[in-house]
Amino acid sequence: MATLSMRPCGDFRTTYRQDTKIFDTRNSRGAMVIFLAALYALVILPQVVPALADAPIIGWFADGYFLSLGIQFCYYGIAALGLNILVGFTGQISLGHAAFFGVGAFSSAWLNTTFGIPVLLCIPLAGGMAAVVGLIFGAPAARIKGLYLAIATLAAQFIIEDLFIRMEWFTGGSSGSLADTVTLFGFAFDNDQRYFLLTLSFAIIMYVLAANLMRSRDGRAFVAVRDHYLSAEVMGINLTKYRVMSFGIAAFYAGIGGALYGHYLMFVSAEAFTILLSIQFLGMIIIGGLGSVMGAMLGTIFMVMLPEFMAGGVSILQNTEWGNQPFIINGLAFFREMAIGAAIILFLIFEPDGLAHRWKLIKAYWKLYPFSH
Amino acid sequence: MSTDSPILDVRDLSLHFGGVRALSNVSFSVKPGELFAIIGPNGAGKTSMMNCISGRYTPTQGQVIFKGQDVTPLPPNKRTEVGMGRTFQNLALFGHMSVLDNIMVGRHHLLKNNFLSGGLYWLGGAQKEELSHRRQVEDIIDFLEISPIRKATAGTLSYGLRKRVELARAVALKPDLILLDEPMAGMNQEEKEDMTRYIVDLNEEWGMTVVMIEHDMGVVMDVSERVMVLDFGQKIAEGLPDEIMSNPYVKKAYLGEDDEEDGGAVNAGPGQEVA
Repeated sequence: MATLSMRPCGDFRTTYRQDTKIFDTRNSRGAMVIFLAALYALVILPQVVPALADAPIIGWFADGYFLSLGIQFCYYGIAALGLNILVGFTGQISLGHAAFFGVGAFSSAWLNTTFGIPVLLCIPLAGGMAAVVGLIFGAPAARIKGLYLAIATLAAQFIIEDLFIRMEWFTGGSSGSLADTVTLFGFAFDNDQRYFLLTLSFAIIMYVLAANLMRSRDGRAFVAVRDHYLSAEVMGINLTKYRVMSFGIAAFYAGIGGALYGHYLMFVSAEAFTILLSIQFLGMIIIGGLGSVMGAMLGTIFMVMLPEFMAGGVSILQNTEWGNQPFIINGLAFFREMAIGAAIILFLIFEPDGLAHRWKLIKAYWKLYPFSH
Repeated sequence: MSTDSPILDVRDLSLHFGGVRALSNVSFSVKPGELFAIIGPNGAGKTSMMNCISGRYTPTQGQVIFKGQDVTPLPPNKRTEVGMGRTFQNLALFGHMSVLDNIMVGRHHLLKNNFLSGGLYWLGGAQKEELSHRRQVEDIIDFLEISPIRKATAGTLSYGLRKRVELARAVALKPDLILLDEPMAGMNQEEKEDMTRYIVDLNEEWGMTVVMIEHDMGVVMDVSERVMVLDFGQKIAEGLPDEIMSNPYVKKAYLGEDDEEDGGAVNAGPGQEVA
């Protein structure tokens, strides 16, 4: 992305193509490619060579716990990226992102069980259905901004949540609906290792799409609408179109994330898509960094890991002499919510640009180490 | 369209906000290739006029004819396509974007790629398109001498540079008519001289018709071909710079009534700021 960055001495750009790369330097790009390739390799290896399943690092990736976290990073990360396009890049606000996430989950299950469409095809279709719903509920954005829009999207959250219970033909009502696992040419993604590879692939595709979007015409238009809508209009940008479109794109991402979530749990229930999840999505992008593609993933990782660390901390406490205190045993659920709230507040105060900005600072520091100034 | 027919023709334009008459029955026309200045005291309705031309305000009455087409009902974002560009009096850059991206936004209506082809980037030809426009944007950057700051975040720049980036962004629209709202406001002498040179070059070399609002009489009288004077929403004079300088109504509007017998001391000479 075209920003001022730290580049190694002598690394000059001689073409415009080099200047518009997603990764600033060849090293950062290479590191990302190696990291992702390593993830694939570490998951695939124990499948092919069972003897490796107990090896130190590879063993973690054969362990369901780490994989389930990885899968969560991916599907929540996709949805959070969508919300970041809407909130971070376009400057709108949405308190109904969990509802669009739910629409994706239910749509994919419904398309698969009702029409027998292969699940792998259902996932993008579910994204499309969520996008349509997003466009409908995003329509108020054409006329209202800020707090009023927040309330309108809050209404969308509650309306859609209510519809999840009432539209039994679509969602199975309060009993929820079953979602089949993903199969591709007879290969079932029916365990965590396989499903992780699938969600990771989806996440990579969605993140690359977003990074590309942000360095092309419509991505710039989104940021222009956010930064100064009056002059954006004079620059030939149709404000209504871009505001509503950004809701559509955000809901599309939420739909893809939701569909992956549904097919992972293989059961979709309306209770999962409450306002609390919407706020968690907002927390992810605030903590990760508004208006940053990578930030959405960093924030998601933080947000998914936070309750895990809380649970870890509590279990350590339980082994100490206070372990039998009722407030620790009963308070776990509350600690979690409180930690989310505290994290958001602390980030807003101390690092409003989020983890993505912090990451840049760390890179800049090490670049110049030991001469930090 | 013959060369003599006006590129911009404002006919009997009025703009009322409730009881406030921001503009009353103003008519003027600008010929292709002209450098036209609008002057007037503060609150005279100059910026309102510009907003009517660029579509921010819908005039209460009257028409704006651009290249023979009535553009009055056209929303602002459609006017870039017919060939209008503008800058703002108060800075209106996209503060968190780089200078380069700011200028690239100006290419919005010339670019074809959308959220789908833009997302696919390498596959749909979006990259090729972006790069070819980047090349043209670099010409503008060269022309306005802002290449050292092209990667800087627009919001961090100094006032004079921001004004220049804003001009670059408007030039990137490839307009036939460029509306400049106080391009020199708040600049020091050197920046003003640079800016004047850019405006004259845009007019003479890039072939853009320029309509500008400016308070610096030295600049206005030196470079503009014709000048219109607004006061309290009414047009009080229009003509060659020399005619305007000697027009008694203009003197009155700018400097107030003469109480003294001889008003010789009051003379808005070139180079003198009258605002």
